[in-house]
Amino acid sequence: MSHLSELLKKIETDRSNLIKALQAVQTDEGYISNEAIEAVAAHFTVSTVEVEGVVSFYAQFKRVKPGKYKISVCDGTACHIKGASLVAGWIAEDLGIKDGETDKEGLFSLETVACLGCCSLAPVISVNGKVFGNLDRKGLLKILKDYRKGGAA
Amino acid sequence: MKITRIKVGAGSCGIAAGATEVVSFFKKEIKNIPVVEVGCIGHCYAEPLIEVETDKGSIFYEKVQPKKEHVDRILSLKEEGRFVIRPQRSEREKIKVLALAGRIDMTSIDEYLAHDGYVGLKKALEMKPADIVEEVKISGLRGRGGGGFPTGTKWSFLAAKTAPEKILICNADEGDPGAFMDRSLMESVPHQVLEGMLIAALATGATKLFIYCRAEYPLAIRNLKIAIEQIYEHGLNKLVTRTVEFRLKEGAGAFVCGEETAMINSLEGKRGTPRFRPPYPTDSGYHGYPTAINNVETFGNVPLILREGGKAFASVGTQGSKGTKLFALAGDVKYPGLAEVPMGVTIGDIVYEVGGAEKGSVKAVQIGGPSGGCIPADKFDAVVDYDSLKSLGAIMGSGGLIVIGQNRCMVETARYFLEFTARESCGKCTFCRIGTKRMLERLEKITHGKGTAEDVDFLADLGPKVIKGSLCGLGQTAPNPVLSTLRYFRHEYDAHTKDHKCPALQCNQLSDVKIHLDKCIKCGICVKTCAVKAISPEFVVDNTVCTRCNSCIEVCPKKTISRVEKGTGHYGKSGGKS
Repeated sequence: MSHLSELLKKIETDRSNLIKALQAVQTDEGYISNEAIEAVAAHFTVSTVEVEGVVSFYAQFKRVKPGKYKISVCDGTACHIKGASLVAGWIAEDLGIKDGETDKEGLFSLETVACLGCCSLAPVISVNGKVFGNLDRKGLLKILKDYRKGGAA
Repeated sequence: MKITRIKVGAGSCGIAAGATEVVSFFKKEIKNIPVVEVGCIGHCYAEPLIEVETDKGSIFYEKVQPKKEHVDRILSLKEEGRFVIRPQRSEREKIKVLALAGRIDMTSIDEYLAHDGYVGLKKALEMKPADIVEEVKISGLRGRGGGGFPTGTKWSFLAAKTAPEKILICNADEGDPGAFMDRSLMESVPHQVLEGMLIAALATGATKLFIYCRAEYPLAIRNLKIAIEQIYEHGLNKLVTRTVEFRLKEGAGAFVCGEETAMINSLEGKRGTPRFRPPYPTDSGYHGYPTAINNVETFGNVPLILREGGKAFASVGTQGSKGTKLFALAGDVKYPGLAEVPMGVTIGDIVYEVGGAEKGSVKAVQIGGPSGGCIPADKFDAVVDYDSLKSLGAIMGSGGLIVIGQNRCMVETARYFLEFTARESCGKCTFCRIGTKRMLERLEKITHGKGTAEDVDFLADLGPKVIKGSLCGLGQTAPNPVLSTLRYFRHEYDAHTKDHKCPALQCNQLSDVKIHLDKCIKCGICVKTCAVKAISPEFVVDNTVCTRCNSCIEVCPKKTISRVEKGTGHYGKSGGKS
């Protein structure tokens, strides 16, 4: 809690900054917890439902704690026609998790995103923001394996 | 020849292709020549791309790797690995807005200034605001974000207002999947966009300058932040008697926020739902103040107009559409990337000459993203122009251009776009919220092979109603991909509903997988690869088990596995004939 208020202290209480505050929490904690919603509501003197409403509206805000490695599968148009759904399937099959889920070890989480803007390298994924392009099944499984090794080390 | 500088293309695409590793390796290996990171020159297929500046001009190298031999190759200017822009492409292109993209250090204001940067602003500072507006009107510049509203006219509305605050917003929420023009421009030449905004502020009397950029573009945000600091240091934000400030706001991942009134709500910290118009933003926008919103590319054009004059700017283009347009070219083309073409070139020029697609291999292009429509290959002599594209049922849109090959299913493509808009609908208008969902259900039914002629009629009936019953651009354009595919590819819908066949063999439920045993070398890679053990030791695919994941097709070294028409593959445990 004290950590949250520390974070929010730096943000002006003008309502226009509500999204900015939530973005700060999201970046810092990786998701928006119930405690965070209450703290943010108190900071701007608005009701918690109003904050919850904003949180649920924007795709950037997550309500579930993510894994150490956040995998985003791009399902933009270019990636889609180049087989993004296959890529998502391969990952789901290898990790045993579905879109929006985190695995039991808390190592990987998986989400489908609209477009990473690297269409000419389609199909692409990003892991913690690092983009991998021109994926085939073999290359993809190697990427996952490398991260798993890194995570274990 | 003497090498004076080495430039590495390190925009987002470059980084994804490995430019960061190349930069650090080259910096370590080369001590006596400066190695700098520049933006993107638009040839994404050749990344990582290096430009070697010499006293006799530049030489490019493609697909550079962090290896000693690549360093040596470049330092000795060998022929191997050189990159040359194909003449078919350079003849069609007209590089104006992107002239500095990938040519100058992304984070250096000095380099921008050395290349006529802020000359447009300087000129504008000596003009009356009304004359600036007039110059932009003469140029014929229309909004590059999709709508195509005349920029000068929009500015004149804001200029006419008297209010304690006047707001200018740069729409950098490039949400169309498949579009990356604005990202590239902001990353590569952030100052050009900001200069356009400062000129607009001068012309309209705007007091607050917002940039609403999607958070998925971290490099663009970083470079804009650096550029804004540099503007402050150089005092370029002092406009005659007043000083303006930039505010960079990050979006939070909602497609609808690209719509101007939804964006205003989002800037106010609210859910990004659109507002009723009127009142139009230029009357009552951000916190009730008069507000004008322009797209990144629009602002990127403005310095050119001031520099060369509105008349010269208008010398390029067609009757109703002036200047150039950036297109993000992707999909089934040989050379995907970012292209800048003069208004008036044909779609075919872009697809075949710039993109290098083979004639006959292309079925259609989807132009304008999920809000746009498809144009079939036999209409590729259509020219790039706001009005002519509209007459074909497509829109210019922001400039995403996805090439769809012969092996793609148009019904599936339409379903994909509907899935996107149905998910991104903010829920305010019933027709958009529920209508897109109902349309999506019917499309899924069709792609699953369970559709009937009635479903197709339903789509044709509901589409126009969703357009009519929606408040903002999202709902008003969401049915376009369906309606345009119905218009040009009705036969594909009919094949799905009447014959229960997917001619492109893309719809999983309407195709089987088969190993063509006559050419099979029985290497066993497919058997090992299959995750559901659908392939027998005799190399027969059991289509009751197969999930149609395509893994075996991809790994087969002899390309003997393919999708076949539903019912022609083998069903059940193998052993027998397939």
